[in-house]
Amino acid sequence: MTLTVPKGSVTGLLGPSGCGKTTLMRAIVGVQIVAAGDVTVLGASAGSAPLRSRVGYVTQAPSVYGDLTVVENLHYFARIVGVSAERVTEVTEIVGLGGRESQIVASLSGGQRARVSLASALLNEPELLVLDEPTVGLDPVLRGELWRTFHQLAERGAALLVSSHVMDEAAECDELLLMRDGALLEQVSPAALRERTGEQDLGQAFLRVIEQAEAKA
Amino acid sequence: MSARVTLATAHRVLLQIRHDPRTVALLVVVPCLLLVLMRYVLDDREQTFQQIGAPLCGLFPFIVMFLVTSITMLRERTTGTLERLMTLPLAKLDLLGGYALAFGLLATVQAVAVCLVGFVALGLDAPHGAVLIGALAVANALLGMALGLFVSAFAQTEFQAVQFMPAFILPQLLLCGLFVPRDAMAPLLESLSWALPLTYAYDALDRATDPAALDGALAGDVLAVAGFAAAALALGALTLRRRTA
Repeated sequence: MTLTVPKGSVTGLLGPSGCGKTTLMRAIVGVQIVAAGDVTVLGASAGSAPLRSRVGYVTQAPSVYGDLTVVENLHYFARIVGVSAERVTEVTEIVGLGGRESQIVASLSGGQRARVSLASALLNEPELLVLDEPTVGLDPVLRGELWRTFHQLAERGAALLVSSHVMDEAAECDELLLMRDGALLEQVSPAALRERTGEQDLGQAFLRVIEQAEAKA
Repeated sequence: MSARVTLATAHRVLLQIRHDPRTVALLVVVPCLLLVLMRYVLDDREQTFQQIGAPLCGLFPFIVMFLVTSITMLRERTTGTLERLMTLPLAKLDLLGGYALAFGLLATVQAVAVCLVGFVALGLDAPHGAVLIGALAVANALLGMALGLFVSAFAQTEFQAVQFMPAFILPQLLLCGLFVPRDAMAPLLESLSWALPLTYAYDALDRATDPAALDGALAGDVLAVAGFAAAALALGALTLRRRTA
């Protein structure tokens, strides 16, 4: 399969739980053992050494050190990717954690922990940012803020691939990748999807796409 | 491999330890108290205390670092931080080197405390100097760290990791010659003991606490300990996978 995540845009990877979104994202980042075939990302083999500073990955469960403070976590990842301490302050502001720098991560709320994890991935401004369900379990206000952050990052030139199993988040994306049962059904913009299926609700539109795919098969 | 990333990792591990002062206190105080306990349990048997207590000063860091490393690395695996590190420009040797530096430093603190209690306060004899015992203790701590790192790959939970201590370490303690001379064991066990890393670690400590002149055998033991540690580190590095299922 080939999929395109255009520069300067947010591409949503949508599909029901268990359809293979995480596996696809892990394959793109290069941490998934792929049963067969090769994965090529940005012209190089997925997960190869040169890509490790060009592709950022945020797992669904926040992967940061719970026994360190916010700023200690970020300083460690900053030293690995080789960026300055000023950048730590910048990403802390970007994810809205200013003022919480010296708080132990384990004592933060789930949503705040998720943002520490996200901030760690933003440090070196990766060209491709792969985010696995970054808004799951967050309150609507915070979710809205994060989506604004994603679009700001895209405006700065990054390509974002964001997964979600909630169809109402599809409207936030510039491009959609629809997935079901381990297969990529199609890549389409929300507007084109609405137009072609005649459904205003993107959840209903996704159902039409599934019906059409099944009719073909 | 990069010095910057290795040092950053060592710094990060030390910060984690610093946020847990109770663990640091336990690491330093418990071996000292055990040594004091042993001194008075063997109140009438000064010779036995000398025979067991002196080498034990160099074995505590081995046992403790095995446990601490296997649990810390298991946490890296289960909380997803290891997977994140594997997607970053960090060499596996940076991670292992960072751990070795941080835990080596911690082991040094522990060894100094235990040696002060054993050789200064409790009057154990160190015919070739307590510094030699301390140095062997740090080497043994690195061996324990390397083994802990390796076995952490086989534990899915912290309960399992803790159980590896009696499973891996106790048999080695029994067979290394500390409690019973190896030539007094069943022949099969004596042969088996030659294959265990702790045998060489104990043998080095036994020679370092024996008034007899030191010879090349001590160097041989130290080389064997270093060899086992390097092999365990290499095997441990193999268990750090960039790709997982």
